[in-house]
Amino acid sequence: MSAVVDYFKSLTLWELLKGLRLTGAYLFDRKITIQYPEEKTPQSARFRGLHALRRYANGEERCIACKLCEAVCPALAITIESEQRDDGTRRTTKYEIDLTKCIFCGFCEESCPVDSIVETRHFEYHGEKRGDLLMTKDKLLANAERFEAQIAADRAAEARYR
Amino acid sequence: MINPFALLEQQLTALGMIPAPLIVVAVIVAKILVIVLPLMGGVAYLTLAERKIIGWIQVRNGPNRVGPLGLLQPIADALKLLTKEMVVPSGASRFLFLIAPILALGPALAAWAVVPFGSEVVLANINAGLLYILALTSLGVYGIIVAGWASNSKYAFLGAMRSAAQIVSYEIAMGFALVGVLIAAGSLNLGDIVNAQRGALGPGSWFFVPLFPLFVIYFISGVAETNRAPFDVSEGESEIVAGFHVEYAGMGFALFFLAEYANMILVSGLASVLFLGGWLSPLPWLTSVPGVGLFFMDGIHWFLGKTAFFLFLFLWFRATFPRYRYDQIMRLGWKIFLPITMVWIVVVAAMVVWHMPPWFAAGARG
Repeated sequence: MSAVVDYFKSLTLWELLKGLRLTGAYLFDRKITIQYPEEKTPQSARFRGLHALRRYANGEERCIACKLCEAVCPALAITIESEQRDDGTRRTTKYEIDLTKCIFCGFCEESCPVDSIVETRHFEYHGEKRGDLLMTKDKLLANAERFEAQIAADRAAEARYR
Repeated sequence: MINPFALLEQQLTALGMIPAPLIVVAVIVAKILVIVLPLMGGVAYLTLAERKIIGWIQVRNGPNRVGPLGLLQPIADALKLLTKEMVVPSGASRFLFLIAPILALGPALAAWAVVPFGSEVVLANINAGLLYILALTSLGVYGIIVAGWASNSKYAFLGAMRSAAQIVSYEIAMGFALVGVLIAAGSLNLGDIVNAQRGALGPGSWFFVPLFPLFVIYFISGVAETNRAPFDVSEGESEIVAGFHVEYAGMGFALFFLAEYANMILVSGLASVLFLGGWLSPLPWLTSVPGVGLFFMDGIHWFLGKTAFFLFLFLWFRATFPRYRYDQIMRLGWKIFLPITMVWIVVVAAMVVWHMPPWFAAGARG
């Protein structure tokens, strides 16, 4: 009996018409396209974009060259060299993140004991020549200066979950 | 109504310095241009319509950046293809490689000669119109075979083989569907076929009602003939890259593209002429209504509207159905369509012989 029903079902293209009805309904559905440069999707405070190396409010670098980020980095994108400063504290002489290696996992940010290396919400950047995407210490510090208000606000908003 | 071509002929004759045979040629060329140029525009904007409609079905917007609503997109695409280099592979048979796209496009355009756009609007009102159409649509496969062979590439060759076998198989079912039409109409002339569909029932008198199975099979075979989804195994990008046109770039590729879309428009136009009454109005009773009466007169706009409907079906199918497996295509063509068409030809013949009302009652046809 079911064989006969199936036979007539396929002969009348029943299943195909059902498929056409489904796609036909989507034809009039509301479109979910985001017109990117003009419209943007909402962004989380935990967004992991371009890196920044922060300073304290008094201008002192936060980074103490503990090299936890360098150790945890799964892509081996971070290179750190350090020395003892005259006041006896340990500071970095070189802090580089190779963005062509970085996978934006956020481990560096999580491992940092002093909230120094962070990932900002900024993601619309590019490099035009070799070396542009190698973030040196100067560039990272400059990033922090540029986005400090946003970074601090995001840290404050997320403080209760950390 | 003034015939603009008769006017052109008069003017040219009045000039007095052009020999008569040349005037005839000039008038025919003018007629061809009047058909082919809008057709090319239609092809260009069909590509945009395809991307838009498939985009909408996939809950996207489709192209909307080039010009308002993306309306200049086809022009940008055409310019891009025109300026690209056409590479001839070193192992290719150069002459055949270059002539194949023309072989594909030529028949798709030539078939329009006998398609009636209105009761008097046809380039060549010949009595063997349907036969001419069948012959030319069969010729289209040569472009594909020659392209696949001349490319000297295994993918192109496999695509051409698949395409050839598929087109030849579906030609038969399609041919039988057309036989049904010509039995019902009693003529091979496309204009007469449309006129034979005029009846008291309006759309109910059109051939798609008494010949419904043939109508469905004709259109599905048409989709298969044009190598469109879900019958696009000749392209099968997951298996054989792009099929017969892998080695083509620039204008060569553009011509294959034009041929595919021109064939789609042709199949749609023929479906509306053969089964949906061509230029006949679906609501002939409303012609006396003031204001909108003119719109409900028979005319070319109904032909174009019906053609657009079938083109929409092409795009809708492509957005809905996954590609058939090759053996399934062959099974569908030979073991399902062929028997159904044969049975229905007998049914149609019986209906015609015994004057079955309301479609074939004696004297019901004008």
